[in-house]
Amino acid sequence: MTDPLARPPKKNPQKVQTVPVLPPSFRSRAAMGLTAAAAEGRFKLQHCAECGTVQYPPRDACVSCLGLELLWKDTDPVGELIADTIVHTSPNLYFRRQAPWRCGTVRLSAGPSIFCHVHGDCVKGSEVRLLSRLDRAGQGVLIAIPKETTPNMADDPELRELGADPKHRRVLITDGRQPGAPALAKALLDAGAMTVFVGEGETWRPYPERSALEKMDGVNLMPLDLTDTSSVVELAGEIGGKVDILINNARFMRPGGVLARGDTAFARDEMEVNYLGLMRLAQAFGPGMKARGADGINNAAAWVNILSINAIANDPAYGSFNASQAAALSLAQSLRAELRPGGVKVMTVFCGPTDDDWYQDVPPPKLLPGAIARSVVQGLRDGVEDVLCGDVAKDYAERWRQDPRVLERELAGDVG
Amino acid sequence: MSRRQSYDGVVVTAPFSTPYERYSTQTAHYWLARALKGTLDAAGLRKEGIDGLSVASFTLFPDSPVGLSQHLGVTLRWLDSIPMGGASGVVALRRAARAVQAGDAEIVACVAGDTNHIDSFRKLLSSFSRFAMDAAYPYGYGGPNSMFALLTDRYMQEYGATREDFGRIAVAQRENALRNPNALMKRPLSLEDYLEARPISDPIALFDCVMPCAGAEAFLVMSEEEAVKRGLPFARIAGTIERHNAFPDDPIQLRGGWALDVEDLWSMAGMKPADMDLVQTYDDYPVISVMQFEDLGFCSKGEAPAFLRDRDLTVTGDLPHNTSGGQLSAGQAGAAGGFLGMVEALRQVTRTAGPTQVADAKNALVSGFGMINYDRGLCSGAAILTGESA
Ligand SMILES: [Zn+2]
Repeated sequence: MTDPLARPPKKNPQKVQTVPVLPPSFRSRAAMGLTAAAAEGRFKLQHCAECGTVQYPPRDACVSCLGLELLWKDTDPVGELIADTIVHTSPNLYFRRQAPWRCGTVRLSAGPSIFCHVHGDCVKGSEVRLLSRLDRAGQGVLIAIPKETTPNMADDPELRELGADPKHRRVLITDGRQPGAPALAKALLDAGAMTVFVGEGETWRPYPERSALEKMDGVNLMPLDLTDTSSVVELAGEIGGKVDILINNARFMRPGGVLARGDTAFARDEMEVNYLGLMRLAQAFGPGMKARGADGINNAAAWVNILSINAIANDPAYGSFNASQAAALSLAQSLRAELRPGGVKVMTVFCGPTDDDWYQDVPPPKLLPGAIARSVVQGLRDGVEDVLCGDVAKDYAERWRQDPRVLERELAGDVG
Repeated sequence: MSRRQSYDGVVVTAPFSTPYERYSTQTAHYWLARALKGTLDAAGLRKEGIDGLSVASFTLFPDSPVGLSQHLGVTLRWLDSIPMGGASGVVALRRAARAVQAGDAEIVACVAGDTNHIDSFRKLLSSFSRFAMDAAYPYGYGGPNSMFALLTDRYMQEYGATREDFGRIAVAQRENALRNPNALMKRPLSLEDYLEARPISDPIALFDCVMPCAGAEAFLVMSEEEAVKRGLPFARIAGTIERHNAFPDDPIQLRGGWALDVEDLWSMAGMKPADMDLVQTYDDYPVISVMQFEDLGFCSKGEAPAFLRDRDLTVTGDLPHNTSGGQLSAGQAGAAGGFLGMVEALRQVTRTAGPTQVADAKNALVSGFGMINYDRGLCSGAAILTGESA
């Protein structure tokens, strides 16, 4: 049974900061299929298109028939733990620090034997389930977990290391004025977050979410204006050293594409908040988080951006806003690579139309704040890079995978 | 059934081992040169006397054996590179013997060696294989220790072996090593020491693991006629086998490629396990020695612990095993670890083993095992060397 994770003590400022080190990150190109699957939290292995053999480790040819067409497909994750070991010493700095570390061999029902991380509650000789996860180096790895849920399962040190569970971590939500902010703060507190900082711009201007936020034990409202560099820098100076998870939920949006607007005024506002706001935040908070990637139980773990699914394919009804979302998504890719040496993950929560004033013309289904909050928490626990929140986002992503150009026409209403 | 031709007319001679050093500031080139010089001196040859060279080394980078030929100034008409780690001794012997038999070379020097810089074990690990990079290192980075821990764990579950069973092998080898002035380990090892040692990767503890070091080993392969002419004590090759990636569908390795070829080995030699005066197994971990006794026909699968419990594995015992101390107690000088048993066996059957000499040794079995590409050793081989009657 996993011991419940104790609340971490206050940090001692006299102590030398533990420098983040990463597990081995080099992989072959074939192995990147595992990483791509883990980024979405899916357990996929290579399947031979010709003979159907499921193989592992990833190869460039089928081990059964030498077929060259190898597809990464969702695979039955159940198997038996047939051997295990606890590594006490390693020449690698990361595992030296993490030791003792349990690993084992799982014989998968689908065929191959797989050497993987092993959750402490797995019993040798019993059935286990494999999960694909991103490790601290941002690479896909496999971990065996018990087939049935066990008490405090998420507190297992190996599983926790492969995610960004909000439990005992300190979170910053950047915009309290967003309609979803209270639900998000509550979901994080319910998930065990130690503190939830919530940024609010133009503090003199009242807003309905404030009273709900104020009532929550564990929420700290902080002045934060993403369009103002000095405001962002000031807040980072105050709380930057204790933000373990940063959730950027700020959003400025107006309807309309290019021709529907007579000028660039709203476009400028959209970029100011949605793109440059993200950059200001990243420049102020990013370096500190990157340095705190190995800071004990409540280390810096994840950066979350909540974006529209139309970041991947533009819907001209909100064409200008969607362009700012695409800009933010691209910037987040850069940020992901830049934070990786610190072991900090960058996650995007892709949302369909939200159930608020700005999408009033759009027919349902529309996202309620609770759904976004649940997606954020689950995504953090799983440590994924992409979360598709709601049916519309899932549908668009699937169409995008099939053919981005067809989706473009569909969004423009050209397809009957 | 394969029809393997005999190695009649070819012999092995001039065994040479450098002393081993835990860490060395020298290069692989240095260690290989030193061993080559040693084996040539033993045969009274100058380097111009050889026309074939077989090289096994992990740390020769950026050179290959081709570069080494220029580095050492040898002109060759036959050159081989054996990238097979623990199986390199057997494989080098097989290939060199066929080359000599076919007349492609007259005298082949087989050398294996590596240096060991501070940090070179970590560097070697980090560039070992693609499967290891993709599917082994990211999981605890225990290197071969983890893989053999799993294998040991599985073997213990399956056959009821205990740590004491593995410990007895290590303890006997240490006793042998105390006779070998070149062995790195100089202190006696008790079963209690073994059992109480620091855990490395459960159930593997400190004395299950070899000590990486620098050093080199070498021998010569030539025609019997040539050896007789030079007055060199020699051994014949009664039989030998080699196998790669055997039993790929076994979920975890509990047997090696020997099991596929063991009948060939004994029938080729016209001998049986009981005819062996000594056995040199590849002992990167005791469980692998245990597997070799089973797969090479000394006992059935799963019975080696009981089989070995009743036997004395020391130089003066009834089943002398890894008489120079093996890698566990002499040290593992990289690829030279794959030559250690071969060179020692050659000394034994030519009665030149000095302090580790087994009385009246005539027949020796040498076994090799190597290359943990991912979750198991892929290369296996074995050879039976026979000396002249005393
Ligand atoms: Zn196939």
